[in-house]
Amino acid sequence: MSNVKQIVMPGDPVEVPNLKPRNGVYKCGDNKYCSQFFGILQESEQFVDVVPFTGKYVPRRNDKVIGKVIEIGPSMWIVDISSTYTTLLHMNDAPWRVTSGELKRYMNVGDYVYAKVLSINEIKESWITMKDVGLKKLEGGTLVSIPAPKVPRIIGKGGSMVNMIKDSTHTRIMVGQNGVIWLDGAPENVIVAIGAIRKVEEEAHTVGLTDRVKKYLEDKKGEIVGNSE
Amino acid sequence: MGTASDKKLFDENGLRLDGRSPGDLRPIRIETDVLNRADGSAFIEWGGNKIQVAVYGPREAYPRHMQDINQAFVRARYNMAAFSVDERKRPGPDRRSMEISKVISEALQAAVMVELFPRAQIDVFIEVLQADAGTRIAGLTASAVALAAAGVPMRDLVVGCTAGKVDGKVVLDLSKEEDNFGQADLPVAVMPKSGKVVLMQMDGDLSIDEFNEATSMIFKATERINQIQRDALKKNYASTAQDWGE
Repeated sequence: MSNVKQIVMPGDPVEVPNLKPRNGVYKCGDNKYCSQFFGILQESEQFVDVVPFTGKYVPRRNDKVIGKVIEIGPSMWIVDISSTYTTLLHMNDAPWRVTSGELKRYMNVGDYVYAKVLSINEIKESWITMKDVGLKKLEGGTLVSIPAPKVPRIIGKGGSMVNMIKDSTHTRIMVGQNGVIWLDGAPENVIVAIGAIRKVEEEAHTVGLTDRVKKYLEDKKGEIVGNSE
Repeated sequence: MGTASDKKLFDENGLRLDGRSPGDLRPIRIETDVLNRADGSAFIEWGGNKIQVAVYGPREAYPRHMQDINQAFVRARYNMAAFSVDERKRPGPDRRSMEISKVISEALQAAVMVELFPRAQIDVFIEVLQADAGTRIAGLTASAVALAAAGVPMRDLVVGCTAGKVDGKVVLDLSKEEDNFGQADLPVAVMPKSGKVVLMQMDGDLSIDEFNEATSMIFKATERINQIQRDALKKNYASTAQDWGE
């Protein structure tokens, strides 16, 4: 695998020997695939994907997302997950014993939730659930948003990037697949962590990013509080 | 086409008023991501044209009755600023700008993968700040760049160009005077990879031979303009591209 990532435009042919085109491509002829996006070619062991530089989040089943309650119905919360469409959280999918019409007592408009995508249908209506380990209503903390296609870089291979930021800044971080990130900790530490996230966002399409973020975090070590413990 | 006049549009060397030969384009410059609030944006300078494009979406379509259960729709809004032309233009939509909005929407709809976004709409706002002939094609060319920069899935970019007849001669990319005093104007937009035509209008008269000459000039020019589009998109990522040796 080469270290150089190739930039492609919509309509550019995606042809890499021995690799099957997978995401971000469409069929543009017999056995020919073209890019859907303005982005980069990402090669993995068997496949080649086009990863766009930016764009709206497309919900997928079992993705963990962070959403904002924007409306309350008699039995559903309507949640904005910064996708093209809003999503629904039914009261039976909440971790509390909710009775119809009493949803406001548990979560109000403007509250944030960490939830899992339960299902999506043909017309892109989707439902989320809070019934799983670690899913909850978010209390306190700070939120930042990045474009959803850059989330894999924030997380890193097996969570390496986000764990590195967590460990060196002593903050708690939750990353939604939709690009919303929740952080909590001492304000000084959160500022450093957000700085690291912004750096990953800006340089998401480059290689050797982990080393540069590591250096950034080491440079900022003096600003972290609670280091001596 | 304007009224016939004695105005000379070619000099003794066969060059045009601005010193171009019949097959020359005006200088084109495109910039992307110029607006922070928009999902994608572009700014184009094409000769004297200055056009700002902002893309929002795909987002749920409103009003609700406009939603299409099978696909998204692209809604382009072409608007000329009051100060964009010599004499103040009365602000607001008029017959001309509504027509241009419609043809641009339809041209973009052909390129965007609308079937991926049922019930959604994609808004494209085209604001003409300074007009100098060929604004619909310049706006459309910039819209395609803004859509790509917004991360909207597309089959291809869209690139447009005009040609026309001036003093009995077929020329590429008409300027304001040539547009006003020429005999024909032919704006065409294509998807450069597949060569499909997504917009074609004609004002004035061309013979079949002239038409063929004009379209072949346009097709050749769109390749050059497409390259400018691609360079503009790449530019924002070029500085970091050096790090990985491209």
